[in-house]
Amino acid sequence: MATATTLPYRRVYVWELPVRVFHWVNAISIVLLAVTGFLIGWPQTIWMSDEPYQQYWFGWVRFIHFAAGYIFFFNLLFRVYWSFVGNEYARWSSYIPHRKEQFLNAWETLKVDILQTKEKGKISVGHNYLAALTYLGLFFVMLFQVVTGFGLYAGMSDAWLPWLFAWIVPLMGGDAWVRQWHHIAMWAFVVFTVIHVYLSFYHDVVEGRGTISAIVGGWKFERDDEFDK
Amino acid sequence: MENQVPSIWGAMKAKGYSRREFMYFCGVAIAAAGLERSGFGQVVNAFETKPRPPVVWLHFQECTCCSESFIRSSHPIVADVIFDTLSLDYTETLQAAAGTQAEKSLKDTMEKNKGKYILLVEGSVPLLEDGICCTIGGRSALEILKEAAADAAAIVAWGNCASHGCIQAAKPNPTQATPISKLIKKPVINVPGCPPIAEVMTGVVTHLLIFGKPPELDSRGRPKEFYSRRVHDTCYRRPFYDAGLFVENWDDDAARKGYCLYKMGCKGPTTYNACAVTKWNQGLGYPIQAGHGCIGCSEEAFWDQGLYERLPKFPGFGIESTADTVGRTATVVTAAGVGLHAIMSSIRKRKVIEENMDESVNINPPKPGSAMPADSVDEGGDAS
Repeated sequence: MATATTLPYRRVYVWELPVRVFHWVNAISIVLLAVTGFLIGWPQTIWMSDEPYQQYWFGWVRFIHFAAGYIFFFNLLFRVYWSFVGNEYARWSSYIPHRKEQFLNAWETLKVDILQTKEKGKISVGHNYLAALTYLGLFFVMLFQVVTGFGLYAGMSDAWLPWLFAWIVPLMGGDAWVRQWHHIAMWAFVVFTVIHVYLSFYHDVVEGRGTISAIVGGWKFERDDEFDK
Repeated sequence: MENQVPSIWGAMKAKGYSRREFMYFCGVAIAAAGLERSGFGQVVNAFETKPRPPVVWLHFQECTCCSESFIRSSHPIVADVIFDTLSLDYTETLQAAAGTQAEKSLKDTMEKNKGKYILLVEGSVPLLEDGICCTIGGRSALEILKEAAADAAAIVAWGNCASHGCIQAAKPNPTQATPISKLIKKPVINVPGCPPIAEVMTGVVTHLLIFGKPPELDSRGRPKEFYSRRVHDTCYRRPFYDAGLFVENWDDDAARKGYCLYKMGCKGPTTYNACAVTKWNQGLGYPIQAGHGCIGCSEEAFWDQGLYERLPKFPGFGIESTADTVGRTATVVTAAGVGLHAIMSSIRKRKVIEENMDESVNINPPKPGSAMPADSVDEGGDAS
């Protein structure tokens, strides 16, 4: 019977609960921010027949954007904290490249996943280093969005937090230019999301280790002999 | 010193103004500087005792619209600030002297009043080929500016030219027009706008007169009292914005009803100025009130943003492309790449997937009656 080839697997608790919560809060706030941000950039015309005192929908769109911005920022701060106290898959050291094998793994992943050569080495349990590098890059885009977003917000806010980022405005030559770059960087999230969602499904289908369900339940499945490599 | 440079009250008395008129002037000055009534005594005292500061007004690369704006201050007595109460010793546009006489007058003022005169600069300074693009009396604007700035008590940059370079500094900036704050190491009061509002200009000068020091400035060197709020946040059309009611065309019904000009490229949301509060032409109105969007004339590089576009053009991707064109293209290309990758994977990775299936316990449907193979393999179970 074909069951003769069945291999033993181990369950690995890869994504701890805080990491999963971060992921989904982050995902939801990014979707909210992108949608409302796009509307703020180019508002759609609806309910044209009413008088201004009868509606406030654009005000609400902006409110959602600013509120989601705060949530996004504090969520990100929490994730930075967790990268110092979390498990090895969540640690800063698995994102910031500082070892030669990380680069080798990134190159290997590029060959296997993108150029689609045959898998040779060990499949990473957590992120492969190419993915880790992408998240590191995205982290900087997120920081950029936080700085430019709050920098823009500072002009209409008395809260102290946005004013921490007001320095970006003169640096970039005025609100209009900060707004321009804030808008461009939004597209980085759109492009990232397309690739990220696709590759998660791809890995789940090709490797069959529960990549998709891992971000809900936290578990991944690893072949027993992989641990000996 | 008192004999040489009289106070403002002294100068007014000499011209035949009455005490009542002087007090009236103090009241207007206090309003122009945006002070509270409780500061009245301080102002009267300053104007009675402090020597009247001489003023040097330099013109470089500019169109003189700042001067034009200034002399049209809403209140005649405020305009008098410059002509009667200030000692305007040098200004190319308005002075009677010409040629070497004028240059001598500038030199005399600077020498006699070292460290006491107020320097007002209108226009940007070109740096191309040692400043050959703007020379006065055979000397470059840069040379004149540096000399005049060295001993000035306060330096004011009038308008967008002196503050940010304005149209001369628009891409590709052929003369290398440069704002004066980048050329002088001393603090510069930036009063941007093309032109600045007359009342803002007189307000800044009045502040210098009363206190002898610059008003509180923001991170871009602009007086906070006039440039801390966005035109958008003070605009009377703001309720239309919050309600999501926008003009879509210059001649549509929404334009007639006075809806928000946001989608017509109004730069109010990114422009810091007092237009919507102080207004122009003796409080008559301001551009948005006249049905035209704000062009952001008090902001850096506003000529490069486009006057009627919501998003500036994105450089390097064709004339009409914005951030959205670039982003949309990148997304479509990525989606196409992903699709291609999915097709390729289903071919190239077939073997891997088949291997996985071979490993799987359920690869063969269980025959009726036989034991479920899944039962025999548990997590970490034996390899058979």
